[in-house]
Amino acid sequence: MSSVIGQEQVVDLATGTVRALNAALHEAAVPGRWVVRNPGGAHNVAVGIDGAHDVVVDGHAGYYCAGMNQHATVRVRGSAGVGVAENMMSGTVVVEGNASQSAGATARGGLLRIDGDASARCAISLKGADVVVRGSVGHLSAFMAQRGRLLVCGDAGDALGDSLYEAHLYVAGTVAGLGADCIEKEVCEEHLAEIEELLAAASITDMDPRAFRRYGSARELYAFKVDDAGSYR
Amino acid sequence: MCGIIGIYSKSPTIGERIGEHASRMLEQLADRGPDSAGMAVYRDPRASGSSKLSLYSPEADADWPAIGAALAGGLGVESDRVFSPRHALFVVAADADAAQAWVRRHLPALRIVSVGRTIELYKDAGAPRDVIDRFGLRSMSGSHALGHTRMATESRVTPEGSHPFSTGLDLCLVHNGSLSNHNRLRRALQREGITFQTENDSEVAAGYLTWRLRCGDTLEEALAGCLKDLDGFYTFAVGTEDGFAVLRDPIACKPAVMAETDDWVAMASEFRALAVLPGAEQATVWEPEAGRVYSWGRAIA
Repeated sequence: MSSVIGQEQVVDLATGTVRALNAALHEAAVPGRWVVRNPGGAHNVAVGIDGAHDVVVDGHAGYYCAGMNQHATVRVRGSAGVGVAENMMSGTVVVEGNASQSAGATARGGLLRIDGDASARCAISLKGADVVVRGSVGHLSAFMAQRGRLLVCGDAGDALGDSLYEAHLYVAGTVAGLGADCIEKEVCEEHLAEIEELLAAASITDMDPRAFRRYGSARELYAFKVDDAGSYR
Repeated sequence: MCGIIGIYSKSPTIGERIGEHASRMLEQLADRGPDSAGMAVYRDPRASGSSKLSLYSPEADADWPAIGAALAGGLGVESDRVFSPRHALFVVAADADAAQAWVRRHLPALRIVSVGRTIELYKDAGAPRDVIDRFGLRSMSGSHALGHTRMATESRVTPEGSHPFSTGLDLCLVHNGSLSNHNRLRRALQREGITFQTENDSEVAAGYLTWRLRCGDTLEEALAGCLKDLDGFYTFAVGTEDGFAVLRDPIACKPAVMAETDDWVAMASEFRALAVLPGAEQATVWEPEAGRVYSWGRAIA
């Protein structure tokens, strides 16, 4: 199922299993270059890596691809199913096609770059990672996002940033609707710098940083108010 | 869970092997629901004055030769295939609505699984592989096909409770999800004259579409009505004589992925069902938006 070609470890999922692939990635003593052939929409490809591997998934991936990633760079040369890079801790995950729901869910660190569109609930419960989407995102994106940054070059679906905590949201296109407690905020110099940093990290050169609008929490929903102290006795 | 698939052929090479493609897709999703399986295959359209009846007998040992003789006497039989003691397909020399009315009147013990010019509907309890082999689905050619593999949640595992459900002449529905207001909606639809064979929630969705279409809605209007009147989770695929349509509930609770090449358009609960199709790696792959009706092949004119 796997062979070494030059410095590359090639794993063919037409003949091998995802379990063997992930075990090999987890056990590899030194970081290396990996190519996963014929992913065929398999779930859990390249999950739980803890090392600076460079992994190319040569096709379309199923659910939870590159979940819990630490340090590795995982590039999907196709589309990704539900929960790509969920709970990523660090490293970089690139999806060259479109991503399904809950891309980057609960991710704590690292960069998730989606070259196509992301579906609903992109960056849901984001906890510190950066998510950059070249296309558009679906409804309920950044729901309850706590920390980290979501930058969308296209449009955002309904209820963006519902019940948002302290994540930073930037959208260049139209927003179908803002969720509860999410408001538009002024773009200051520090935010422009943040937008420029995210665009550079995602190698996007054809977007004007000033095209983005900023959205954040109104802090009415989650913040403690002294007037409500009686409710907590 | 449940898994659903749909494939529409844009080239003769795909159409010649539509049964094989759809079967392989469905088998990929077998672990989303191994209770029952079914497939609607749209093939071999009949001319005016001819139609196809997919029939099911609730009695274990139907006398198919006698039923065939009755159909021959009442309608004229052009061909027949008996698949099991309970399942048979007859091509009869009558238009679909006339054939349906005649069977309801003269053979009331039988259940009409589907009726139409083009549709053939095969479903039963059992895992997808077994059901596919029971009906010989792999060797079928056709223009498009819809399939379902079931994990029962809202009602019993029975052949009648398996999908697809017929929603009218040449129409059928497959559903992944569960509906919360199906009991109340079933009673309302029964008052409108829609009949039901099971306690199944998906049959209520099929009945709802039948009712809306009967009221004069287009398929697109009827599907839009689902967004208002159905409470629950659903990804629907609806087959018509000319193509198929897809709708997800307004918060997209249930998965769906679509892909298209020059040769085919397909949808499935998961991409791995699409991965078995020729050229899937080069296909455009995307996720249908919540609450939006998608359609192919003049499913919605």
